[in-house]
Amino acid sequence: MTDNCTCNNGKNPYLPEIATVTRIIEETPNIRSFQVVFNDAEKMKNFTFEPGQVGQLSVFGVGESTFVINSPPTRMEYLQVSVMKAGEVTAALHNIYEGDQIGVRAPLGNWFPYNDMKGKNILFIGGGIGLAPLRTLILYMLDNRADYKDITIIYGARTPPDLCYKDDIKEWESRSDVNLILTVDVEFPGWEKRIGFVPTVLKEVAPKPDNTIAITCGPPIMIKFVLEGLAGLKFPEENIVTTLEARMKCGIGICGRCNMGHKYICKDGPVFTLAQLNELPEI
Amino acid sequence: MADTGFLPKEKIKEFLEALSKDTVVYVPTKEGETAAFKVYSPDAEICLDRPANIPPKSVIYPQCETLLSFEYKKTDPDDPKKMAVEVRAETNYPKAVIFGCRPCDAKGFAIYDRVFLDTDTADPYYREHREKTTIISLACEAPFAGCFCVAVGGGPADTAGSDVLMTEVDKGYYLEALTEKGRAALSVPVIEDGASYKAAAEKIKTEARAKVKNPFPADATEKVSPKLFDTDEFWQQVTNKCVSCGACTYLCPTCYCFNITDEQALSKGERIRTWDACMFRHFTLEASGHNPRPTKSRRFRNRVGHKFSYYPEKYNGAIACCGCGRCIRYCPVSVDISEVVGYLKDPKQDPATWVATNTKAVKDGSL
Repeated sequence: MTDNCTCNNGKNPYLPEIATVTRIIEETPNIRSFQVVFNDAEKMKNFTFEPGQVGQLSVFGVGESTFVINSPPTRMEYLQVSVMKAGEVTAALHNIYEGDQIGVRAPLGNWFPYNDMKGKNILFIGGGIGLAPLRTLILYMLDNRADYKDITIIYGARTPPDLCYKDDIKEWESRSDVNLILTVDVEFPGWEKRIGFVPTVLKEVAPKPDNTIAITCGPPIMIKFVLEGLAGLKFPEENIVTTLEARMKCGIGICGRCNMGHKYICKDGPVFTLAQLNELPEI
Repeated sequence: MADTGFLPKEKIKEFLEALSKDTVVYVPTKEGETAAFKVYSPDAEICLDRPANIPPKSVIYPQCETLLSFEYKKTDPDDPKKMAVEVRAETNYPKAVIFGCRPCDAKGFAIYDRVFLDTDTADPYYREHREKTTIISLACEAPFAGCFCVAVGGGPADTAGSDVLMTEVDKGYYLEALTEKGRAALSVPVIEDGASYKAAAEKIKTEARAKVKNPFPADATEKVSPKLFDTDEFWQQVTNKCVSCGACTYLCPTCYCFNITDEQALSKGERIRTWDACMFRHFTLEASGHNPRPTKSRRFRNRVGHKFSYYPEKYNGAIACCGCGRCIRYCPVSVDISEVVGYLKDPKQDPATWVATNTKAVKDGSL
């Protein structure tokens, strides 16, 4: 290394921090959660992030991919990310073991405006792995429960085994201050709760828009119909919040993949209100 | 250090030799029909009578560049499963000079500066290359086929991005230093006093500007019409003949989209940044198979939008196109971005009329 090198002094946005995977949780047949801790204890102690921010995970030799940190900033023993096996990097992540080392560039992007949501009813609507970014905010709000009014969670997946965070779900079901509504797409042996797509269940539940913020994430097609459903329920655009995803490389608003007009999902997002999205051209 | 100077034609090589002593000097070099920026050598055929086919962007923003290297190591002799990974980034780039690029090429770097440096996450690789490179541009006496620099806020003697501007006068070049780096370059003893050539150079520069064609109004406040921009048929029509080869992006001094990939052999490897192109289908293709920009018309809309609408919105109206005309000159099927922007910036343009007229022209075989 040379003296004039400015690329190793912590100001290089491309340089990941090395972290160790301390625990792997099999969430569904194709989704695993990874709990990671920075190798540098000082960095771990000083690390801060906001609910909804994302990070780039590296498997050195394979590449990087973007994931939301789905543990809340109120619980900092580790950072948790959940990974659905889909492409090269996610497949490589599914091949690692507890104790293995990965790279982390975080936090990146913006976050849920949780301060503006204080004193309001919160409606979470998630599908499949789309519960991941909602989980960080749900746990944050449960850790600051008095700040928020009614919390309703509508969550669905294709089948019961495809539901993520089964331990969290159990806890939320048992709490009297959370209204959890679970659904699966089709009938399944032993499943006695709702059956139907998330947007359909949203219509059936028909939550009131008064003093309520709706936050949704899921597959693109689900988001599309949930947004329509919320509009039908007369939720104003600025009270509908979603978090987006696209193929990303740099994570710092340069490489050109995730822009919608002049806004970059990785840097200006991933969190947008429907009012903001309606002002932007499509990706 | 002098602010102006004169370089006699017969002393060009002497000047480049002098600069080469402690810097890597890139000059537009002819190889067959193609001129590209190569490291200077005394037997190089230097091409100064026309813009190089390939701009000098790779000198400061390499087509392929190592961001970091990594190595997996066993950490415990008693437990072969225990591995650690070491990661390091290194930059130690040599000083460089780009000699004889055109003002549009230099302006490309000024457009990159906002993206790579004017941010809270400045790019250390770009910064070091940029700071260590001196850019000596040659003003154009007349436009070349497809040139439209004036329409995008530049000009044949524009100084944005350059450290020195050269203007060809009788028997040599009048040189103006624009920065500290530029003044240092003019302190090479080969450079003669330039004061007596100033008037001639100014006259040439003014005349050149008037010769550049404007396919759309040069007024920077003239915005892209949202009505036509949002019309899918418009984009389908103008990209009908596009073969998605990506030549426009690779030859563009203002295109900077990139990919990052890892390469590994045994326990060691590198993370590499390479130019990529928004005109390629796989650019935005996600692992799930979903592609948010699924058609070439959508991809071209993003390319034109980025240069003429999104970038200006972000950076105070500055256009991310330098008007060099390479994408027009070298497009294998003659897609003309200046024509497309001309339609978009025409305030009288009505989408329905445009689509009807042009669809009819295709049917008649007259387009």
